Amino acid sequence: MNSPRTLVDKIWDAHSVAVTPSGITLLAIDRVFLHERTGANALKSMAAAGRAVRDPARVFAVMDHIVDTRPHPVTGRRSDQTAVPGGQAFITETRDAALVAGITLFDVTDSDQGITHVISPELGIVLPGLTLVAPDSHTCTQGALGALAWGIGSSEAEHAMACGVLRLPRPKTMRVRYTGTLAAGVTAKDLALALIAAHGAAGGAGSAVEFAGEAVAALDIEARMTLCNMATEFAAMTAIIAPDEATYAWLAGRRYAPAGFDGPYWADLHSDYDAVFDAEITLDAAAIAPMVSWGTSPEHAIAVDGTVPQGPARAHDYIGLAAGTRLEGTPIDAAFIGSCTNSRLSDLRRAAALLRGKHIAPSIRTALVVPGSRAVKRAAEAEGLDAVFRAAGFEWRESGCSLCFYAGGEGFAPGSRTISSTNRNFEGRQGPGIRTHIASPETVAASALAGAIADPRKCAP
Amino acid sequence: MIPFTTLTGMAAPVLADNVDTDTIIPSREMKSTGRTGFADGLFAPWRYLEGRMPDPAFALNRPEFAGAPILAGGVNFGCGSSREHAVWALAEFGIRAVIAPGFAPIFAANCIRNGLLPVVLPRDAVAALAGQNVTIDLAAQSVTAAGQEWRFAIDAEPKEMLLEGLDVIDLTLKFRPEIDAWTALDRVARPWAYLEKRA
Repeated sequence: MNSPRTLVDKIWDAHSVAVTPSGITLLAIDRVFLHERTGANALKSMAAAGRAVRDPARVFAVMDHIVDTRPHPVTGRRSDQTAVPGGQAFITETRDAALVAGITLFDVTDSDQGITHVISPELGIVLPGLTLVAPDSHTCTQGALGALAWGIGSSEAEHAMACGVLRLPRPKTMRVRYTGTLAAGVTAKDLALALIAAHGAAGGAGSAVEFAGEAVAALDIEARMTLCNMATEFAAMTAIIAPDEATYAWLAGRRYAPAGFDGPYWADLHSDYDAVFDAEITLDAAAIAPMVSWGTSPEHAIAVDGTVPQGPARAHDYIGLAAGTRLEGTPIDAAFIGSCTNSRLSDLRRAAALLRGKHIAPSIRTALVVPGSRAVKRAAEAEGLDAVFRAAGFEWRESGCSLCFYAGGEGFAPGSRTISSTNRNFEGRQGPGIRTHIASPETVAASALAGAIADPRKCAP
Repeated sequence: MIPFTTLTGMAAPVLADNVDTDTIIPSREMKSTGRTGFADGLFAPWRYLEGRMPDPAFALNRPEFAGAPILAGGVNFGCGSSREHAVWALAEFGIRAVIAPGFAPIFAANCIRNGLLPVVLPRDAVAALAGQNVTIDLAAQSVTAAGQEWRFAIDAEPKEMLLEGLDVIDLTLKFRPEIDAWTALDRVARPWAYLEKRA
């Protein structure tokens, strides 16, 4: 145990309950988080098999994926009603199953409701050194707090809830170092897109990625969540950032967090300086510009002032942009600020700073801001950000995943080209035929003002 | 779970890179809270034209691939959302194996848990066998098609799970004494990792 180890290996070793003859680890799972799109399914399937949740106090569920983010037109309150066909059953069945299983549920009207990967850190449910899984690919977001947190399927969620462990091969490790200092107007989102553009959407190759380097250390905690969020778009198993003073200060006093973080356990949560990773990537953060996707994979991303490269014909056809086209100035119809990637208070503040006292272009048909949680919404409203967004022409919504994906309910106008602070620009992700450009909240705000893809560095606050 | 031993059948080509689970089963097709009823939504964006008419150009609609039990895919197959519905849809449709140069990690794990074999082969091998009648022998870790044979790697545990059609939760619950003993010690070492249920 004296040989140098990576942070991932330290957490792995600390959770290894047993190793099978074929080398598979039974890894203890500290937290399971469910949402209504997959939660009812897993809980019902367990109940049907006669299996109980081993430790319900450590299992949480929240309604985030298909809850309506428009307040009820008459009562003004939130309800189980959703425009998603058949969607209400996902909500009511998750609620019923959560009650039977005895797990903690953050329901539609709960003051703590919000996107899984926003509220879990907010409430201190995820902590440095813990293992946390959820049937949601963006669970890697929570690695920003120094936890080993990753997305799984429904069957694995059942396994974790029934057994308290998962069976896993030890993952390969990769360190991605960002050297230098971010330029003004460049954010964690741009760091993530630059990595995926340079190394491909399969570049993470199933590894547990540790983000490091001075540009990462300089990121605030919410920005670290944005960076780690995109690790699944890199085909990584997950991402992690070693906790530092900023992490512990951010977590102090949160509801499910311990009273303090003193002691050798917390102090050892970092990769040893001479630890060996299976792969290493270094990027110069200072050379990264605001990034915007041009195609149908997150690897199809370029600097906002760049020109579209030659990619797969299908991607060019779908997105309607030929190689050689300048991205900046491409007219857009819709703008979306939200999602587990970029819906936290700092995201909203930065976007609002560009929008204050201005109005979005008249050609924009839909402009939405969807706070990541009720807590984010309350904090933003206390600062008057909702008024800034409304005055600029954005709709100010209730918290949830909203139009990050199209579930058959509310959608963008047919044929829309959107600029979106979300994580996926897949074909049809935001609706059949909807063309999505993913970018930072700043770039979304600047583009909404211009009515076309715009460089936030040229947008004076 | 149905054991996977050998499989022979056509390999329908869906060879684009980065085929995501939103394409395999879009969120709008996830109308059931259970694990069945998704085959109709499989590859809906590519399989259907306006009015849900089958697109004759899409591989799974072509007569030569009717009932094909194998898909030949591209790099990073199954990327994106963790939705196991993608695998349930494939399995319900009759797909028992996907052969590709690489898989997204969550998708590959979901395949194993549902008796569907993800086979990793180099891109040129996948190109050679796509559209052919293919035989997969899991015990031998071999794929044969058009007079050629390729070997593939698979970890021992998923191989055994698939060959035997094992219920993994039952298997893990045999370790319950070890898990209980570990938890008792861990509760003392890391009390903050444990929570009491709140009202």
